[in-house]
Amino acid sequence: MNFKLILNIALHLLKARLKQTIVAAIGVTFSIAMFIALVSFMNGLNDLLDGLMLNRTPHVRLYNDIKPSEHQPITLTEAYKNSTNFIRSIKPKDIGKSIYNSKAIIAYLKKDPRIIDVAPKITTPVFFNSGTIEISGVINGIDVLSEEKIFKVSEYIIEGKVTNLLQNNSIILGKGLADKMMLTVGDIIKITSPSGNLSSLKIVGISQMGIAEVDDVLSYTSLDTAQKLLGEPTNYITDIQIQLHDKTIAPELSKEFREKFNLDTIDYKTANAQFETGSSVRTIISYAVGVVLLIVAGFGIYNILNMMIYEKMDSIAILKATGFSGNDVRWIFISLSLIIGFVGGIFGLLFGFIFSSIIDVIPFKTTSLPTITTYPIYYDGIYYVIGIIFALFTTTIAGYFPASKASRIDPVEIIRGK
Amino acid sequence: MENNKVLETIGLTKYFYDPVKFKVLSAIDLSIDHGEFVSIVGKSGCGKSTLLYLLSTMDTDYEGQIFIHNELVTGKADKVLAQIRNENIGFVFQFHYLLIEYNVLRNVMLPGLKLAKYSEQELEHRALEHLKTLGMEDQALKMPNQLSGGQKQRVAIARALINDPLIIMGDEPTGNLDKKNSNLVFDIFKELTLEKKQTLLIVTHDTDFANKTNRIITMEDGRIIS
Ligand SMILES: Nc1ncnc2c1ncn2[C@@H]1O[C@H](COP(=O)(O)OP(=O)(O)OP(=O)(O)O)[C@@H](O)[C@H]1O
Ligand SMILES: [Mg+2]
Repeated sequence: MNFKLILNIALHLLKARLKQTIVAAIGVTFSIAMFIALVSFMNGLNDLLDGLMLNRTPHVRLYNDIKPSEHQPITLTEAYKNSTNFIRSIKPKDIGKSIYNSKAIIAYLKKDPRIIDVAPKITTPVFFNSGTIEISGVINGIDVLSEEKIFKVSEYIIEGKVTNLLQNNSIILGKGLADKMMLTVGDIIKITSPSGNLSSLKIVGISQMGIAEVDDVLSYTSLDTAQKLLGEPTNYITDIQIQLHDKTIAPELSKEFREKFNLDTIDYKTANAQFETGSSVRTIISYAVGVVLLIVAGFGIYNILNMMIYEKMDSIAILKATGFSGNDVRWIFISLSLIIGFVGGIFGLLFGFIFSSIIDVIPFKTTSLPTITTYPIYYDGIYYVIGIIFALFTTTIAGYFPASKASRIDPVEIIRGK
Repeated sequence: MENNKVLETIGLTKYFYDPVKFKVLSAIDLSIDHGEFVSIVGKSGCGKSTLLYLLSTMDTDYEGQIFIHNELVTGKADKVLAQIRNENIGFVFQFHYLLIEYNVLRNVMLPGLKLAKYSEQELEHRALEHLKTLGMEDQALKMPNQLSGGQKQRVAIARALINDPLIIMGDEPTGNLDKKNSNLVFDIFKELTLEKKQTLLIVTHDTDFANKTNRIITMEDGRIIS
């Protein structure tokens, strides 16, 4: 088949109907641009929310849960080993929240090549004493440097610096807590631990996550301070938080560590299952909108081609009479459609990029995301590839049916009609 | 079997089914030799155009057989028939059917571009030659809507000639033309048969035109009567 000639004929037919062609192409441009902008924006949003979640959730967390012993005495006796044993009213056993042999585990984990960093943590409920009232809250004793490296805690510190925690007996209070107790940086706060120890800590900073429930209860101290507060030795740790190079292997590693260290483990996915749902819903929405817009554009092309075929009956008849086969005619109209799709699609990509860039500079401020100043956009070449494939695919489909109709036109009928 | 036949039909029969079954052509046997200038005449509605469409291979719904250059074309695929038309048959209709998107020169070249036997430059040269013999070389770059009826018809003839077809078929090619233009077209046809040994098969109502051709086929009610 002579594609150069077919393309030439298609181009001339388009030129004769330039206005409609442009309208059709604009339809494609618009839908592809919308698709690109939407998908970039939605994924930017996903990314941002993922970040928000990952800033608070380690990829894998090791801890001791309160739960019943897995091996009850009866399963340990030889006599009933092969029986099915029913035990009622089992009570959970508190083996202590402390992770046994934590130093060795951390040292071991730090050597693991899959792991970026390990941050030990102590989480404990406390009472903050403010005058005569006691406010319950939570203290996170953190390894300041590792914690900062993994979770960028400093992004949430609105007053003071996270490194201030390296001073002895210092604390960073959640904004909600500080407001409630009317405390500011420099003040001293009295804290009662679960076992009744009373200590005084100096406020060296205020943090704000932007989530009221968190800001109303949470505060940070260093590991040492937390251990002193609780009257525990320096190897006392309740959580080991692990940051991985490749977060997708978190579920497997979680399982591996559970077996190896005989600890409870949870990976970030399990801990934030609802986030995943949100992400996939957003992705589905952007693709659905893109597809719907393209279908609309496809109908536009379909209409224009149909109209063109009615207008060009004579031309089709004479092309066939002078030796163009039905297949040639079909290809003429498919190329027509493809040209519209290609040109419209390329402009769509361009405008999609422009729209994305515009969204990218629109100011967007929220207290929960202090580092974000504009709407999030995630740029990824793959969206552009998908966009142009979408455009070509839809226009081919839209063009195929009119083109087949054109290919079936009986020249005798047309010529007789004159 | 070596002979001079360009076109031959055996027992060509055609029916129309709408609104009632109706035999338009019955058992037409016809043979046209190389270099003949043949006209088909007959009353309106006797089936002349129908016969021509069958011979042109555009209408494939018939009984009987058609041979072009001693080769059976009946039952061939659409693609093959298109190729045969492109290479062997030139058409001139009552209406010119020029593509308004292309200029005169491109219109003439189009079947040649499809055949792709000659390069584009060569085709352009040949197209200009044909336009010249038809007295149209100075109109080559005009668009079809800038031409008169007679001029358009001459462009259509040039287009029919571009691939040096075995046979040129015409369905009342002078039907839309006045006497002067009609004579002009006849002279062109005559010249083609004399100088290029071009075979021509022309349906016409114009008895003057028919009387000047080598052979007249007269039809009546779907049959050839002489
Ligand atoms: N598509 C069709 N369906 C049914 N009958 C048709 C159809 N086309 C033509 N006919 C009939 O077939 C007969 C032959 O038509 P045809 O066009 O071949 O006549 P013609 O000899 O070319 O006439 P004219 O000289 O007026 O052009 C006519 O009676 C016509 O009514
Ligand atoms: Mg007729």
